[in-house]
Amino acid sequence: MIKGNTKANRTAKWLVSGPPLLFLLVFFVAPSLIMLFTSLRFPGEFGGLAPIAAPAEAVHGEYGLTLETYQFFFSDILYAEIFLKSFAVAAASTLICLIMAYPLALLIARSEKRFRNLMVLLVVLPFASNFLIRIYAWMIILGPESVFSHFINALLGAFGIAPVTLLFSPFAVLVGMVYVHLPFMVLPLYTNLEKHDPALLDAAQDLGANAWQRFWRVTWPLSLPGVFSGAALVFIPVLGMFAVPDILGGTGDILIGNLIKDQFLGTRDWPFGSTLSIMLTLAVLAITALAAWFARPAAIPER
Amino acid sequence: MALLEIRNVTRRFGDFTAVDNVSISIEAGEFFTLLGPSGCGKTTLLRMIAGFDLPDAGQILLDGKDMVGTPPEKRPIHTVFQSYALFPHMTVADNIAFPLKMAGTTPDEIKSRVREALDDVRLSNFGNRFPQELSGGQKQRVAFARGLVNRPRLLLLDEPLGALDAKLREEMQIELINLQKERGVTFVFITHAQNEALALSHRIAVMNQGKVEQLDEPSRIYGFPKNRFVADFIGKISIMNAQVLEAAPSHLTLSVAELGEVTAPSKEGIKVGDAGVLAIRPEQVRISHHAEEVELKNHFIGKVRGFLYVGDVTTYIVELPNGARIEALLPNSAPGRAKFFEAGDPVAVSWRHDAGTFLND
Ligand SMILES: Nc1ncnc2c1ncn2[C@@H]1O[C@H](COP(=O)(O)OP(=O)(O)OP(=O)(O)O)[C@@H](O)[C@H]1O
Ligand SMILES: [Mg+2]
Repeated sequence: MIKGNTKANRTAKWLVSGPPLLFLLVFFVAPSLIMLFTSLRFPGEFGGLAPIAAPAEAVHGEYGLTLETYQFFFSDILYAEIFLKSFAVAAASTLICLIMAYPLALLIARSEKRFRNLMVLLVVLPFASNFLIRIYAWMIILGPESVFSHFINALLGAFGIAPVTLLFSPFAVLVGMVYVHLPFMVLPLYTNLEKHDPALLDAAQDLGANAWQRFWRVTWPLSLPGVFSGAALVFIPVLGMFAVPDILGGTGDILIGNLIKDQFLGTRDWPFGSTLSIMLTLAVLAITALAAWFARPAAIPER
Repeated sequence: MALLEIRNVTRRFGDFTAVDNVSISIEAGEFFTLLGPSGCGKTTLLRMIAGFDLPDAGQILLDGKDMVGTPPEKRPIHTVFQSYALFPHMTVADNIAFPLKMAGTTPDEIKSRVREALDDVRLSNFGNRFPQELSGGQKQRVAFARGLVNRPRLLLLDEPLGALDAKLREEMQIELINLQKERGVTFVFITHAQNEALALSHRIAVMNQGKVEQLDEPSRIYGFPKNRFVADFIGKISIMNAQVLEAAPSHLTLSVAELGEVTAPSKEGIKVGDAGVLAIRPEQVRISHHAEEVELKNHFIGKVRGFLYVGDVTTYIVELPNGARIEALLPNSAPGRAKFFEAGDPVAVSWRHDAGTFLND
């Protein structure tokens, strides 16, 4: 009876999880393998990828595979610099998102139940309009003739500081990144904070903890799982984002995303583009593993 | 001077009065219990003592000092919550150390005090566990240890034993009495279980609809309930309509409809002609086989209508000629014995002239 039950359970499990697994296999694993293969090949005569059955095999050994693109990646310090800069931008965006999202998530989680869903809806409302349109809107907001720019420069002028251009700068990139990804930080934080037992805060206060101690010793440590998932949801997409630096950044504000996009759509060097993608994936995996290790259940018991 | 003085405290939610003009004074070292049915305002009163809520009227004084401007974290009062509210991200030892850390105790002192507290609740080897790795009773003991470790002036306990099963509950009651005695900390204990209140407390305030109905020692609450609500709420009691025929200093003579005269203990403020009820506890009623009329006071014949066997005792429900039902209780002291009478048996019930109480409200 029990045995049959578990068997039926197992079949049901596979039936339910099968389609998404298959989807991931086809649309994630397969492309990744193709990319790995591409990165080991060489570009065709007119860019893109050389035909699989190209005569180049004569040059590049029996299987027509080469590590050239990897050598190229490691030989030029420029790429390491862009990687580092991208990581810095991603880290800064994540931190700013966290600082901005935490109070908001706390406010929603502690407000009356009937208002919470409405507030969450307001947080995700920007998704209702097109992403590119929203980024272009920032072009206007940060543009030299905008009220915002005038205000900032008037403010700086009052302190005797020369006027600045906001658009096409690292500042504009950061603003765009934070703006786009803020909801991804708010939602997991809210989901976590909303589950906190208010009796714990009462208990802490009863035992002598002031407002700051209640936050630092109870709310914050209990919210760490939410902080980590929010950080992952911001950090990783920011790393690969090319639209924001493309539209809001200056010529010097190239990030990994732009570099990769360029290899495929501009320079048409597909093997090198693939190599960059793989390096990015590896870096992200390493960081995720690190975060997962810090957030492991033994370090932060969930309940 | 009383340690805690609650003076005419009232708390309203909208037009609903949760706590209604309550005055209680609690002495240092006392085990004081607030007893009452669900929703009578016990938790509301406790939250005001702890400082989580403020009275709309009246005052709460600790050591003679009005607490109104003192937030919960500044009051030398700790609470044991019904849900325990242990911090899930801290070990048992860290949970117990929490109030000491907040008070700025030195690390060495914290260490020894936590060890002592763990010993006191017999959890010496559990310091490194997390709360979710403990049983209900163990969590409960951690909550006690955490509440007591910093030696508060007052420990408030909001139905702390409510979530435990009967056997564990009894064990914890004994532990609680011992802890209170050893530490000499004043306890204000909330429960809606009357037997728990009777077993644990030095004094009990019986509450109903935001008001204190009676405030007294357990034996007086049980033996001399002040009114119908208290009589009904505490223990089992049989009630019959009665009218006062004679109010002598030594006793009352009551007339019970279609039954005759009954003698009851005298009570202050009762006049001839007052209408009310005669209330009598099952264990005060003697039940016997003699079914003939005898000219004795408080002696009546009736018929067994049913019985309730609960192991140690059996309660017999006897119907009197006037249709009133009265309960009598007999211990099953002989092994294997479950009952002495069958339903339908003619029996006599009687009680001493100083048993029973007349209640006129
Ligand atoms: N914040 C509040 N807002 C409105 N009404 C409240 C509030 N807190 C308590 N009440 C009401 O006050 C009354 C007393 O509540 P309280 O929690 O003090 O009861 P209690 O005696 O502790 O009951 P229980 O034994 O069920 O815990 C209840 O009717 C409750 O609905
Ligand atoms: Mg309550």
